[in-house]
Amino acid sequence: MNLFLEAWWWLLSPEQYVGQGGIPQRIGEHLYYTFVAVGIAAAIAIPVGYFIGHTGRGGVWLVGIAGAARALPSFGLMLLLVLLLGVSGRDSAALAALVILGIPPLLAGAYAGVQQIPRSTIDAAKAQGMTPWQVLVSVEIPLSLPLVLGGLRGAVLQVVATATLVAYVGLGGLGYDIIQGIPLRRFDQTIGTALVIVVVALVLDAVLAGASRLATPRGVRVGRLGDVRARS
Amino acid sequence: MDWVLNNVALIISLSLDHLRLSVIPIVMGFLVSLPLGWYAHRYAWSRGIVLTTVGLLYTVPSLALFMLLPPVLGISMLSQTNVLVALSLYAAAIMVRNAADAFASIDPAALRAATALGYAEWGRFFAVELPLAGPVLVAGLRVVAVSTVSLVTVGVLVGVPSLGYFFTDGFQRRIVPEVATGVIMTFLVAMALDAVLVLVGRILLPWSHLAIASTVSQRS
Repeated sequence: MNLFLEAWWWLLSPEQYVGQGGIPQRIGEHLYYTFVAVGIAAAIAIPVGYFIGHTGRGGVWLVGIAGAARALPSFGLMLLLVLLLGVSGRDSAALAALVILGIPPLLAGAYAGVQQIPRSTIDAAKAQGMTPWQVLVSVEIPLSLPLVLGGLRGAVLQVVATATLVAYVGLGGLGYDIIQGIPLRRFDQTIGTALVIVVVALVLDAVLAGASRLATPRGVRVGRLGDVRARS
Repeated sequence: MDWVLNNVALIISLSLDHLRLSVIPIVMGFLVSLPLGWYAHRYAWSRGIVLTTVGLLYTVPSLALFMLLPPVLGISMLSQTNVLVALSLYAAAIMVRNAADAFASIDPAALRAATALGYAEWGRFFAVELPLAGPVLVAGLRVVAVSTVSLVTVGVLVGVPSLGYFFTDGFQRRIVPEVATGVIMTFLVAMALDAVLVLVGRILLPWSHLAIASTVSQRS
């Protein structure tokens, strides 16, 4: 418990908060990797998930690929990509590994989101004279949003955790002070940083949990869509 | 290929280490999740508390948990116990929610019928509830197995050797086949454990392999 006290003092000392390598800069880097990777993953996975959920084609493939992608160790994948792309490309290599990690939960969320809409709802929208685009924009997207955001929450949870490892290839982020601190046995620094990482992860998760609650259309808010993170 | 041929012994021994470091947390997580999941399912007031707690736990990144557990448990950061406890916590975090869902998925009529036939609470749990929850539990265990096998590799950063050793060692020595071997072997260990779970599910729950397949496809 003494170590927590030391970590607390480490966190309180002002020099952690200024200049190169300070905690604010590390948080910024960490969020940068997280948001860019999840953004790219979402740009790929959500349209594909919608397409498969909408047409009903390729669902079996999707499940197989998403399951297999989950079995790939992202830490190893990141190091492998950095070796293959060279040190100058390590930034994109690390991002690519994080993108691959973020795709399966987003894909599952978008696919399940469209698929769970009752067929009769979509038929009703068509019977009202809606064009396919209108059905997509004003029926399928709003009704699938809670599950899509659930997928986003799962992706962010995975990526924010794995972004701690980009420091191993010489990039920044909050993992830096841990990975650099372990061999030096600077446990005040590693434990203090770990606490910061936990806070960042919990805040991001809480924000997305709130967003997914707000996004549920009022007519659907009957409690049948719970926390979907366990799916990822 | 030369690298692989020259290191067959090391690959096998680290794969076995990896398997051991994966199986223990999966089993521990499963055993812990049964009572907790059942409780969360049975008593509505505990559901929110239990599921929120495991949800928060699951949010903590593994590298951070490897730092925070040792001072709490009073163990060395570099000990194997650290990694085993951390991964058991993650496994339990996934499985508790899954077990609560699994018990909730049982048709209440089947439970009433069992009671009417004279099953007491414990007997009913083992003879009726557990087997009927089985398919969903197996589906959850498959998710846990794959995620645990991948997380074990991070343990190499706190000095616990697994196939993750090939990542860091190969990276530092710039040997691409070494890192690739680590990735491929980790993938194969995950697939092997997954296959074992499917097989065990089919043997223990012979009536349910269709149900297992369908829950898995919904979940992933």
